[in-house]
Amino acid sequence: MRTSTGGRVGQYAALLAYLVFLAFPFLWLLSTAFKSPRELGSPHPAWIPRDPTLDNFRQAFDEQPLLRAAGNSLLAALGAALIAVLIATPLAYVMARHRTRLGKAATGWVVVSQAFPLVLVIIPLFLVLKNLRLINSLAGLVMVYVVWALPFALWMLVGYVRAVPAELEEAAAVDGAGRVRTLVSVTAPLLAPGIVATGLFAFITAWNEFFFALVLLKTPEKQTLPVVLTHFIGAEGVADLGPLAAAAFLATLPSLVVFAIIQRRITGGMTAGAVRG
Amino acid sequence: MTLVTATKRSAPGAPRAGGRRRATDRGAWFLVLPALIPILVLSVGPLLYGILLAFTDSQSGRTEPTEWVGGLNFQDLLHDTLFWESFRIGLVWAVGVTVPQFLLALGLALLLDQELRLRWLARALAIIPWAMPEVVVGVMWRLVYTPDAGVLNETLRDLGLGDGRDWLSGLGTALPAVIVVGVWAGMPQTTVALLAGLQNTPRELHEAAAMDGAGAWRRFWTVTWPALRPVALAVTALNFIWNVNSFALVYVLTSGGPGGRTRLPMLFAYEEAFRYGQFGYAAAMGCVMVAVISVLLALFLVGRLRGGDET
Repeated sequence: MRTSTGGRVGQYAALLAYLVFLAFPFLWLLSTAFKSPRELGSPHPAWIPRDPTLDNFRQAFDEQPLLRAAGNSLLAALGAALIAVLIATPLAYVMARHRTRLGKAATGWVVVSQAFPLVLVIIPLFLVLKNLRLINSLAGLVMVYVVWALPFALWMLVGYVRAVPAELEEAAAVDGAGRVRTLVSVTAPLLAPGIVATGLFAFITAWNEFFFALVLLKTPEKQTLPVVLTHFIGAEGVADLGPLAAAAFLATLPSLVVFAIIQRRITGGMTAGAVRG
Repeated sequence: MTLVTATKRSAPGAPRAGGRRRATDRGAWFLVLPALIPILVLSVGPLLYGILLAFTDSQSGRTEPTEWVGGLNFQDLLHDTLFWESFRIGLVWAVGVTVPQFLLALGLALLLDQELRLRWLARALAIIPWAMPEVVVGVMWRLVYTPDAGVLNETLRDLGLGDGRDWLSGLGTALPAVIVVGVWAGMPQTTVALLAGLQNTPRELHEAAAMDGAGAWRRFWTVTWPALRPVALAVTALNFIWNVNSFALVYVLTSGGPGGRTRLPMLFAYEEAFRYGQFGYAAAMGCVMVAVISVLLALFLVGRLRGGDET
C-alpha cells in the first residue's frame, strides 16, 4: 500500500527473476524428457520439443530396472515413515508436555544430530549393520532411515503436540478419564493431521535419500531409485540424456505430489517449532 | 471401546495430584524407550564407535584383527596434501554456497512477505527444489550445463555472449558451476525458515516506524533485522553444516572431477572408505572435519552473538 509504483515494479521484476531461476531447470528437464534422440543431438536445442515423443520413457524402462527400483524405494520409504512416526510420537509427547531431563537430552540430540558428520557415522553404521547381516537389505536401510528422519519428525511433532491445549487433557482428567483414555480420545484425534504430515515428510526424505542407499545396497536387485538413476551415467560421465531425463522426472513425481499435499503443514510446523522451540 | 474401558479399569481411579508425579515419570519412560533405543544403537553408538575407529587400522575385508594405532592416522593425514586440498575445496564450497543461499533466500522471503500478486505461485515454486531427490537435482543441472544440448550454452549463444563451454569439465568453471547448483538446491529451506521468522516480526513496530517516516531500508535494519537475527543465525549455521556434509549433488554432477577440482571432503572420505576400504583412515578424516568445523562454527556464532546488543 505504502510502496510507490516504482517500488512495486521493482518488486515484481525481482519476483519474476526468482521464478525464472527456480523454475527453469525443472522445465528444461521436462523438455529434455520428451525430445527425440535426433533433436537431442542437434546443436540448437529448443525449449519446446519439435516432435514430442515418449520414446525416452520406454527406453529408460528397457535400460534399467526402474519398476523394481521404485518398488524398493516405496518399501523403504513407507517402512521408514511408519516406524518413525510410531516411535517419535510418544517421545515428542513427553518432550512437549513434561520438562524431564530425558526430554532435554532428546532435544539436545535433535540439535546435535543435525550437525552429524555423515562420514563419521556411515563407516561404523556399515560395520554394525554388517555384523547384524543387514548390509544389502532393505530392512537395514529402513532402520537407518528411521533414525535419520527422527530429528525433524520430533521437531515437527513437538510443535504439533504443543498446539493441542493441555487444558483439554486436564478437563478430560477432571471428568474422570484415565491417562490412556485421554490420550486416545482427546489428544490423538487433534494430533492426527500433524502425525500424517510428519509421516509424509519422513516418506519424502527416505524416498529422496541417496548416500546411505549407495553405501548400504550392493546388488542391483536391492537398489533404490536414486541409486539406479546414477547408473544412467556411464563410467566416463557420458549419459544418455533422453532416458536419464525421463527417469529422473518419473522419480520426482511421488515426492512432488506428497509435498504438494503437506506443503502448508510443513511450513506451519516449522513456524510452530521456531516460535516455541 | 472395550479396549479403552479395559485399560481404564486396569489403571484404577482418576489420577490425583499426589501419586501422579511418579506415575507420569514411569509412563514417560515407557513412551520414550521405543525411540531411545534406535537412537542409541544407530546414532549415538555409531558416532562414538566412529571416533574410536579413527585410532585403529580398521580396513574392509581384512582377516587379521583390527589393532590400535594411536594417532598414526592423524599423523598421516597431516601430510596428506590431497586431503587438505579437498578440505580447502570443501570450505570454498560450503562458504560459497551458504552465503549466497542466505542472501538470495532473504531477498525472496522479503518479497514473499509482501502483498504481491502471484505470491502463491512463487511460494509453491520456491519449495520445489526441496521436494526433489538430490540425485534428480544433479541430473537436471547436468542437462542445463551440457555443452551441446544444454540450455545454458544455447542461451549464451542467443544473447551473443560467445559459444559457451563445457562447464562441468572445465578446470576453472567446475567448482563455480556446482556451487550454483548448491545454492539453488538449498534455497527453499532457508527461505521458508526466514519467511517464518519474518512473519513473527511485530507488525505494529513496522507501522509505527513507517509513520515516523523511516524508509524501507531503515525499517529493515531497525525493526526487521533485530527480530530476524536469531533465525538467520541458526539457519546459516545449519546450512553451513549441511553443505559441508553435501555429497549426492556433486557425486552426480562431476564425481569430484575434473582433476579433483570439485572433490569435496565427503567424496574424498567416501572413496577412501568404500573404494579403498581404509575405514580407520577415513574415520580420522571425519574427526578432523568435525573438529575444524566445530571451531569455525563456534567462532562464527560467538562473533555474531557478541556483535548484537541484546542477544
